[in-house]
Amino acid sequence: MSDNAVIQTIDLWKRYDEVEALRGLNLRVPAGSICGFLGRNGAGKTTTIKVLLGMSHASKGTALVFGLSCAEPRAGVDVRRRVAFVSDEKDLYDYMTIGEMVAFTRSFYPRWRDDLEQRYLRAFDLRPERAIKGLSRGMRTKAALLLALCRGAELLILDEPTAALDPAMAEDVLQALVSYVADENSTVFFSSHQLTEVEQIADHIAIVDRGQLVVDGALDDVRAKYQRIQLVFENDAPDIRVHAPGSHRVRKQGRVITILTASAGAAVMDEVRGYRPSSIDVSPVSLKDIFLESVHTED
Amino acid sequence: MVLLKPNPSSGVPIYLQLMEQVKHAIETGALRAGEQLPGIRPLAEELVVNPNTIAKAYRELEHDGIIELRQGAGAFVADRVVTKKDADRVRASQAAVAAAVDGLRNRGVTDDEIRRLFEAELSGVSRSGGPASARATEGKRRE
Repeated sequence: MSDNAVIQTIDLWKRYDEVEALRGLNLRVPAGSICGFLGRNGAGKTTTIKVLLGMSHASKGTALVFGLSCAEPRAGVDVRRRVAFVSDEKDLYDYMTIGEMVAFTRSFYPRWRDDLEQRYLRAFDLRPERAIKGLSRGMRTKAALLLALCRGAELLILDEPTAALDPAMAEDVLQALVSYVADENSTVFFSSHQLTEVEQIADHIAIVDRGQLVVDGALDDVRAKYQRIQLVFENDAPDIRVHAPGSHRVRKQGRVITILTASAGAAVMDEVRGYRPSSIDVSPVSLKDIFLESVHTED
Repeated sequence: MVLLKPNPSSGVPIYLQLMEQVKHAIETGALRAGEQLPGIRPLAEELVVNPNTIAKAYRELEHDGIIELRQGAGAFVADRVVTKKDADRVRASQAAVAAAVDGLRNRGVTDDEIRRLFEAELSGVSRSGGPASARATEGKRRE
């Protein structure tokens, strides 16, 4: 995989009236990746996407897509030509049929992919004569995704593409994203609250919290850092403090201590062995564990 | 490909699961020396996982000498990767494991308990009071 960053933000700030939506965001999305963009509601995901698309201007800092500044008007035109976007509203022209909408959209894009159009009209079961107005939420999403996929864009940005879709619809959408990256060597950047979907298709993740990036990197690397260690003692568990560098959350319940560590390795294991537990169990953690550990959960 | 079915939310990286599943398929004889593995793109579409993840699993399997990546032709099980003797040994052991599992079930031990007993035994927790090499991620991770 190439090391080129398709998206890069450097110390990005965005203030809306009294609210700092972004507070020094440093984001980097490598070319050819599927990057899952995670965060609680209001963490700054949609603001980031708007800045990247030139729909909103940063108060401070730099946002680059393909190395071009999103804020600069002429570069912005080039960026918008090479980027396809599916918003969470899936805005479509309600008075058109699917066929009319495809023909209309196609006329704007010289690199339109007829092969993908045919493929996804069939795969998504989108019949050209159907009116947009009567489509279910899932079908609207598929129609919006079809338009984005066929544009021949190098970067596809999606804001919660599978929100409110049933599992079968969601799987269709994920499969289309996987195929897109495999076929076209393109990059996908998508925000989501569906952590299991992100685990399934993303190779990179970025977790944003309160306008700052708190976790970022290759999913396998991020995962390898975290571990859950469970210690069982014969009698009441002692009070344990882990001194190894990195963050560790220690929970004590009677004879059992559970440690979620963000710096898995020999140092932590050596420390906990010193307390002489009757058993030690180490298990991998899910993305959900990592997410909950990384973001502020009190409001 | 029926042989490969990673579980994305198990916490174990998908490329490691795929590597284990390919190795197991070879050990049981489901995949034989010289046979072709599915291409990266069709496999990514079928399993709905990232193509880079599959590429990574294949690269690591090649590095371990289990498969060969031939330019433009795809991935093949390496020629002398498993001898018939190895396959027979694993098949014979499978019978022993099946018998042990049957025995435990007859004594009322649940499948989850059996799984944990095996894991604990392999990680050495039950003998030394501390894992010789912690299981799953720590045990399998390459430094």
